[in-house]
Amino acid sequence: MGSSMDTNRLSESDEKFVAELQDCAKLLIESLQNDRFEDASKLIRTLYASRDRHIFQSVGRLTRALHDAIVNFNVDVNLYPEASSSEIRDASDRLQYVIRMTQDAANRTMDRVETAAPIAANLGQEAHALKAEWEKLRRRELNKDDFARLYKRLNEFLEQMGEGTDVLNQNLQAIILEQGFQDLTGQLLKKVIGLITDVEKELVNLVRIAGQVEEVTGITPLERTAKVREPHSAEGPQIHAHADVVKGQDEVDDLLSSLGF
Amino acid sequence: MKILIVDDFSTMRRIIKNLLRDLGFTNTQEADDGTTALPMLRNGDFDFLVTDWNMPGMSGIDLLRHVRADPKLASLPVLMVTAEAKRDQIIEAAQAGVNGYVVKPFTAQVLKEKIDKIFERVGG
Repeated sequence: MGSSMDTNRLSESDEKFVAELQDCAKLLIESLQNDRFEDASKLIRTLYASRDRHIFQSVGRLTRALHDAIVNFNVDVNLYPEASSSEIRDASDRLQYVIRMTQDAANRTMDRVETAAPIAANLGQEAHALKAEWEKLRRRELNKDDFARLYKRLNEFLEQMGEGTDVLNQNLQAIILEQGFQDLTGQLLKKVIGLITDVEKELVNLVRIAGQVEEVTGITPLERTAKVREPHSAEGPQIHAHADVVKGQDEVDDLLSSLGF
Repeated sequence: MKILIVDDFSTMRRIIKNLLRDLGFTNTQEADDGTTALPMLRNGDFDFLVTDWNMPGMSGIDLLRHVRADPKLASLPVLMVTAEAKRDQIIEAAQAGVNGYVVKPFTAQVLKEKIDKIFERVGG
């Protein structure tokens, strides 16, 4: 990466600058001890010039490094501030797509369940009813007409059973297929994670460059202010276990009961 | 029993609606955040509110505070169903007057338990 090379060159030039200062200082002391004041003031002018040159060069390099870092953010600087073709913009689109995809998959899965559930419920109901009739038959409590009705009803049930289980199987298979969204969204999320990692690297780089700017120009950094967080703003699902996060419904219940719930 | 389900994700509303239907509660309506839910509650003789916490517009915790501050709605039972799982947040919800708190992801069994418990307490 361009900016890290610049950093090495910067320290080299720092060393050169320090060496120049030391040489000049030695000569200056010599000149002063030997009462050569004209030489001494010449040396002081050289010192000034060398310091100015060093600052100019450093700032130039830092500007270059800053530019590189911004380019590495993959933001099209010409389009700034819209940045409509940046990878960040692209990542937002990907994430929106993940939301849409998971929503569609959840809805289609629930559609399937809503289709299947009444079929299973009807078959179950009919099976229970037939079982009761069947028990009567075994206890020889059915007359000829009852038996004829049971005979017909059993036949209908077996037909319903065949058709119903076919539909149930189709829906169950479809639900399995719907789970493919996990793979697809996972791939999109991985790409976004990759981008975030890159952006983090570039940000760290920028922070380092900014630190060098402060050093070269003699700007004292402002006192670092602690990040102020809104108290208890919503955060969404907790991914890592922390002490201040409950591990499940049981802990929620314990906490609430300790509060008198 | 008329129930309002408030969540910004339509799938979650649908899941809760389905679970409630299984529990025998068929009269449900939906809102996608506190801002749309509040006028519905004020005009609609609801018996029960199920709300998410994290929503754009008005959040669930703010909705809860508005409900408790409204004399007409103050005694409405409120169940929070949310992914927010910090102890401080649960305490905050309890202090704001929530009647039950369920963390996502949840099971039908947990939802049923909490609803039963709320009505047991409210009814008795």
